Amino acid sequence: MKNKKPELVTTAATLEEVERVFEAGADAVTLGHERYALRQPGHFELEQIKEAQQIARKHGGRVYAVMNALMHHDEVGELAGYLEQLAPHVDAVVFGDPSVLMTARQVAPELPLHWNTETTSTNYRTVNFWAGKGASRAILARELSLEAVLEVKRNTRIEIQVQVHGMTCIFHSKRELVSNYVRHQGKDPEQEIRAAQRRMFLKEDNREDQRYPIFEDRHGTHIMSAEDICMLEHLSSFITGGIDALKIEGILKPLEYIQTVVSIYRKAIDRLAENPHADIDSGWLDELKSIQDPARPLGTGFYFKQQIY
Amino acid sequence: MLTQTVQSTIASPTKRKKPELLAPAGNLEKLKFAVLYGADAVYIGGQKFGLRSKAGNFTYEDMKEGVAFAHAHGAKVFVAANIIAHNEDFEGMEEYFRTLYDIGIDAVIIADPAIVEVCKQAAPHLEIHLSTQASTTNWQAVSFWANEGISRVVLAREVSMEEIRQIKKYTDVEIEAFIHGAMCISYSGRCVLSNHMTNRDANRGGCAQSCRWKYDLFEEAEEEDTETPQIGKTELPMFSEEDDSFTMSSKDLCMIEHIPEMIEAGVDSLKIEGRMKTVHYVATVVNTYRKVIDAYCEDPEGFVFKPEWMDEILKAANRPVTTAFYYGSPTEQDQIFGVPPKMAKYDFAGLVLDYDEKTGIATIEQRNHFAVGSEVEFFGPKRDNFIQKVEELWDEEGNSLTEANRAMQKVKMRVTQPVKPYDIMRKEKK
Repeated sequence: MKNKKPELVTTAATLEEVERVFEAGADAVTLGHERYALRQPGHFELEQIKEAQQIARKHGGRVYAVMNALMHHDEVGELAGYLEQLAPHVDAVVFGDPSVLMTARQVAPELPLHWNTETTSTNYRTVNFWAGKGASRAILARELSLEAVLEVKRNTRIEIQVQVHGMTCIFHSKRELVSNYVRHQGKDPEQEIRAAQRRMFLKEDNREDQRYPIFEDRHGTHIMSAEDICMLEHLSSFITGGIDALKIEGILKPLEYIQTVVSIYRKAIDRLAENPHADIDSGWLDELKSIQDPARPLGTGFYFKQQIY
Repeated sequence: MLTQTVQSTIASPTKRKKPELLAPAGNLEKLKFAVLYGADAVYIGGQKFGLRSKAGNFTYEDMKEGVAFAHAHGAKVFVAANIIAHNEDFEGMEEYFRTLYDIGIDAVIIADPAIVEVCKQAAPHLEIHLSTQASTTNWQAVSFWANEGISRVVLAREVSMEEIRQIKKYTDVEIEAFIHGAMCISYSGRCVLSNHMTNRDANRGGCAQSCRWKYDLFEEAEEEDTETPQIGKTELPMFSEEDDSFTMSSKDLCMIEHIPEMIEAGVDSLKIEGRMKTVHYVATVVNTYRKVIDAYCEDPEGFVFKPEWMDEILKAANRPVTTAFYYGSPTEQDQIFGVPPKMAKYDFAGLVLDYDEKTGIATIEQRNHFAVGSEVEFFGPKRDNFIQKVEELWDEEGNSLTEANRAMQKVKMRVTQPVKPYDIMRKEKK
């Protein structure tokens, strides 16, 4: 029996990357303006978003604009104008803050909305709450088990997206924690961090083998996971479970890495949609391993983990 | 009586409406102290659906007693049900909210909109406050939640004083803001360090406080060999041997000197953090904020901040203090690096049970060791503190003692000023 093919979603840092990831087999890209989007690999002005849409159309793909920041007073006033201009050029907007949803419904009522608060999208009832407010897709927390993800899907009528590859954000502070540390050392953060930005990482004293990437931007400080999720071997569960979209996160990865990962997941999805019991080529996994930074293990995140509290 | 009140209001038109002072209560005893020391409302945790799985937490029986006590003193009781729920966490939830309503709980504090929905269904008349865990940072989000039937929004700790003014200008829902206590250094609800490092779910009460652990900061160095850019990157320390570790520990919030601004900004409820804190902490902090709020609202123009209020607050402080985001972005001065500075530590030495006016002798229930010769300080609701030496001690039969060394031991001692039941005797830790 044929299964519905889930959409393969990934990120892009530049227009060049938009082109390349569609060539590699992506169905959709997420991108955004740094003022409204959190943790993007690159920054896109409105004009570039329009161009990205052109590129996407050429490949039969879609563009989702990310506006998932926690909005503060200054941004809220700008949302209506920005969304009005943005709406004709994107296939959906990704939001977390209710202000984006409210404004979008006023100025662009037809615009599909994807709900993504990352850490707090953890159950189907909350997904259905946002569905009731107009969200057409929910992007689930990475701290969910595979079983919980599939249970969410069985209990909602809107689209469900999960992450299948790459790193995840595990901490977001509005504070400048790296700059503050550097200043505490008596040094100038401008000097120290500018060159190192997006190549810094933390090690916890009792977890010397784990490297947690850390970076600062206008939204504060972000800490990322020490491992990259890789669910290639378990894709069939998502496909048979009816998951609508699978995301490959490309932040802090070079283009070649993203291209390779996208092309392998493309092949795997195409094959498994035909026959969910088909095997994954061992060569695909080997190829993923061969391009992986040895300091960053590939893992299955929380998909097979039990949490306590 | 009524005429009098009206007259006094007219006589002083500059008085301010008092905001609610909201205090934490980890258990029934703390609830009573919070109320007696001046809280207008307390918030507690039940056995389920709350974030402090290690706080005392109230059974339904405790809640009934707590509600009866609070209501008898004109105070309200809120219950935190502020987890971010997973699919399986909804079992028994409707029953829970119905029971809270029947017990007489005045409001519930909820973070997850699905839990809000359950509560609205199960107990339509139970008031709902949106938890700070929802990280609400702007007026439009506030009005979104107001439309959902939320009567009060607890703002994110990242909101500034100016932003509060704006939020109050654009919305008419009640606003609650933190004035005191420990803080997440992340946006609340947006941190899963604990999940990743210890498998404990931070958003369901399992937070291991991984942010306060010690880290080292490195830079990944570019390799000369560009053939394999992913492989074999080296790490350069961004610290030297003598540097402190990279830590993400915030100083604790303290707005004692800025209460007038909070009131003028229109904040409806001033919240103190700390369901895990001691009776001594709750009593000291509540008592001091009570004095400041009353002094300001009584005479806003003549109000002068007394340095002794700050001294008093610091007697219960666990960490140095900061105003966090209220006046701009926190810097390195608002964080704790290296060995935390030593704070003055006070023990809850004894609780006043009784006082004999004729003899000037108080009956004290021992809470921590004190002895003849100890210097102790008494404080209590609506009174000035006083310090004295313990000159003599007797047991209940009148036998002379040199020390009070048993928990809950009842002893008698002469006090230099009148005291009342529930006054607290504290002693500085040496």
